[in-house]
Amino acid sequence: MVHRADVLQSFKKNGSIVIVGASLAGLRATEVLRKEGFAGRLTVIGDEPYEPYDRPPLSKQVLAGWVEAEHTTLPRQHPLDDVDWRLGIAATGLDLRAREVHLADGQSVDFDRMLIATGVRARHWPKEDEARLAGVFVVRTRDDARLLRQKLETKPRHVLIVGAGFTGSEMASVCRDLGLTVTVTERSASPLIGALGGEIGSIAGDLQRQHGVDLRCNTTVTALEGDAERTLRRAHFSDGSTLDVDVAVIALGSIRNTEWLRGSRLAAGQLGVACDAGCRAFDINGIITDDIFVAGDVARFPHPLYAYQLIALEHWGNAVAQAEAAAHNMVNSEAERRPHISIPAFWSIQFGVNIKSVGLPPFADQVVIMQGSVEQHRFVAAYGHKGRTVAAVSFNQGRWLPYYERLIASAAAFPPTPPAYDVPIPLHPVPAKFPAANAPTSTPTIALTGYAPDEICATYLEEPPMTPVTVESGGKA
Amino acid sequence: MAGKSLFQQVNDYAHRANPYPLYAEMRKTPVLGDEDGNYAVSSYRLITELLHDPRLSSDIRARPPDDPKQQAVAQSSISPAFIRTDPPEHDRLRRMLTRQFGPPHTVGMIDNMRGDLEKYVNGLLDRMQDRKQIDIVDDYAYPFPVDVICKLLGIPPEDEKRFHGWAEDIAFSLDPAIGEEGRKLIAKGLVARNELGQYMRALIDVHRKQPGNDMLSRLITDSSADGRLTEEELVSSSVTLLIAGHETTVNLITNGTLTLLRNPDVFERLRHEPDLIIPLVEETLRFEPPVQFNSQRTALADITIDGVTIPKGAPVYLMIAAGNRDPVRFNEPDRFIPDREDNQHLGFGSGIHYCFGAPLARVEVQIALNALARRLINPRLVVDPPPYRQSAVLRGPRHLLVDVDGIKP
Repeated sequence: MVHRADVLQSFKKNGSIVIVGASLAGLRATEVLRKEGFAGRLTVIGDEPYEPYDRPPLSKQVLAGWVEAEHTTLPRQHPLDDVDWRLGIAATGLDLRAREVHLADGQSVDFDRMLIATGVRARHWPKEDEARLAGVFVVRTRDDARLLRQKLETKPRHVLIVGAGFTGSEMASVCRDLGLTVTVTERSASPLIGALGGEIGSIAGDLQRQHGVDLRCNTTVTALEGDAERTLRRAHFSDGSTLDVDVAVIALGSIRNTEWLRGSRLAAGQLGVACDAGCRAFDINGIITDDIFVAGDVARFPHPLYAYQLIALEHWGNAVAQAEAAAHNMVNSEAERRPHISIPAFWSIQFGVNIKSVGLPPFADQVVIMQGSVEQHRFVAAYGHKGRTVAAVSFNQGRWLPYYERLIASAAAFPPTPPAYDVPIPLHPVPAKFPAANAPTSTPTIALTGYAPDEICATYLEEPPMTPVTVESGGKA
Repeated sequence: MAGKSLFQQVNDYAHRANPYPLYAEMRKTPVLGDEDGNYAVSSYRLITELLHDPRLSSDIRARPPDDPKQQAVAQSSISPAFIRTDPPEHDRLRRMLTRQFGPPHTVGMIDNMRGDLEKYVNGLLDRMQDRKQIDIVDDYAYPFPVDVICKLLGIPPEDEKRFHGWAEDIAFSLDPAIGEEGRKLIAKGLVARNELGQYMRALIDVHRKQPGNDMLSRLITDSSADGRLTEEELVSSSVTLLIAGHETTVNLITNGTLTLLRNPDVFERLRHEPDLIIPLVEETLRFEPPVQFNSQRTALADITIDGVTIPKGAPVYLMIAAGNRDPVRFNEPDRFIPDREDNQHLGFGSGIHYCFGAPLARVEVQIALNALARRLINPRLVVDPPPYRQSAVLRGPRHLLVDVDGIKP
């Protein structure tokens, strides 16, 4: 009889692991694998040519000119000299049966276990000819940030930011700090609506306007117009107006990097790669795999506090915690497995305000100001879902969040017991105003084929059906 | 005395040299009420929770009228300092003070002091070069931070003779008021604080007429979205900054030196590895924190924590030094490990009252201990344990005699 412990020990000594994705999650996983004694072959594949670097500063300190884009390399918490770094080469496919990752340069790497940490990329302006105009930018990578920073140094006369999510809002803030004229368009009724809801988002909107941003909500850009030199000159808006701009930063969110997994027979699609709380990927039929793990922005995982819905989080802290859990589980026995169930958290800096969040605000139906003053942009708001506290967001009051994190963890009633000072009395819960569920997607991915119980299985649809249908919904706003 | 509660024993001077076994005993009941109505909280997790709990107040005025500390505050001629207030008052005061102490409004101030600080400690050691014995407290750990805080605030260092006694009485009055002795300390502290307040009032007047580039002048002349500090706020804030600016640092330098003398291998390592000082000072803050427990907090509501309800109005003592050695949080908590990883100690507290002076204290102590490591030749502890100061909260040796073969140039 083969003992599982022996198999595990042999794997830790002589096995091979491939990590696809060389950003924060990939790096942290690599470190934990070595720290926990994995001595076998370790390969890290990344499509960018750089060592893992930190992205949060790109839309803040790098854009503001405090930090060079090149100075964002993530510190190593463990020596990783014996790791095979394949940087600048994208993974293009996964053959689960052969246990091979195919690379863009035609090579392939075999593995015993694999971690998918391919993250997301920026969603570009959808009209390709307009997206190629000089003056149109996105910010996701170090190169993106360096190019936009160079442009901002030329003191453009008018910057247009398309989309008022966190990245767009942070960049608008930096541009105002640089003394630039800034217009921000936002499809919905307020900035940050997807993450914080309309009620708190409208406070962020006030903040933008007070800092001199020309914020246009319920407005979309219909066209970007260039001149004969293919240089951006003008933007056209959904209300029929136009504006002369020389920079447009597209901040329309991100696209999960899962295309390379098409045909891999994993549960991978535009919402991410589905996995369990132990970070093991589901196959296309929804059966758990043993050797394929997922972490970071690309992972969709169930969280017990949020009805086990599959959620994907583009949070720095989530990438770290999930990568650590995944790496731990990759080199430990079933009995030692660890769930990734940390409470989500993120932060942002914009317009002089430090915004922090714990829990999952989009899960909420109501929100209440618990402490501080909305007028002074210093407050804590708690979010509730059917009478339970599920999230809290602070504007310049982050030191109180551990208290709310505990309330969230203990499924405390909503609204929570009020603090003893600096409280608006009485507490007044109002609708949180999150937009309705995700818009239906136009690219369905999966159907069932076969009839007999031993034949039936899920499969990718190569041709889209006539009527769009939603396969997956909910979770991530 | 039989029947003393654990909390009373911690405060008993007899246990000053080594209260850690008592803290270990305390952690067995992490929320421990005693017959005086005091609640001592001693596990890392619960201390951290309460430091972020907006139902716990730092304002002594929230206590019942028969509480001796409440009475002292009521009789004081100066208003409570920012560390003894709650939001929103606290936040406003702290914002105004922070503007003159650190980024984003005052960038690089502490970092720029490094050269002067090094010069000062080396000057102290130069003057002791012919000595074979030094008292780390009187010769080194006390004069250094006092000089630093005086120059920073704009207080003539020679006035130390005037405020030394007041500062000590105020520091001792931070202890819980236990019994008749405790009440006496509170009363003495009240008198001292009023007198120090008088002194500061006069000094502020001088600075108002002739502002310099010191922090006191800048606090007087500054105005921001929060307005200006009132005369009362200036007095109470500057009294607190002066006291907090040296009483705690003296203990941290001394506790650090004592710990190094008890761990000669670490002392030797530091000599060759000066960068070790950074984690080493953090470990000192964990292992021998200069503030052993928070003694000024009050429950403003019934707070139920791990099944125990602390009633509204009860004094709550957050036993920092006990939490710092909680084996649930720290591996081998009773060992001094100078390069300990994951060392999120509570030495500077946490939450909105996180030590205001932490960035300065860190630099001061790093410089002070590194200079000792570099220059003392064969340092030996003369008395172990050394004699301790009265205070249970601000615990540290009164003297720390060290024999040396010499002092390197």
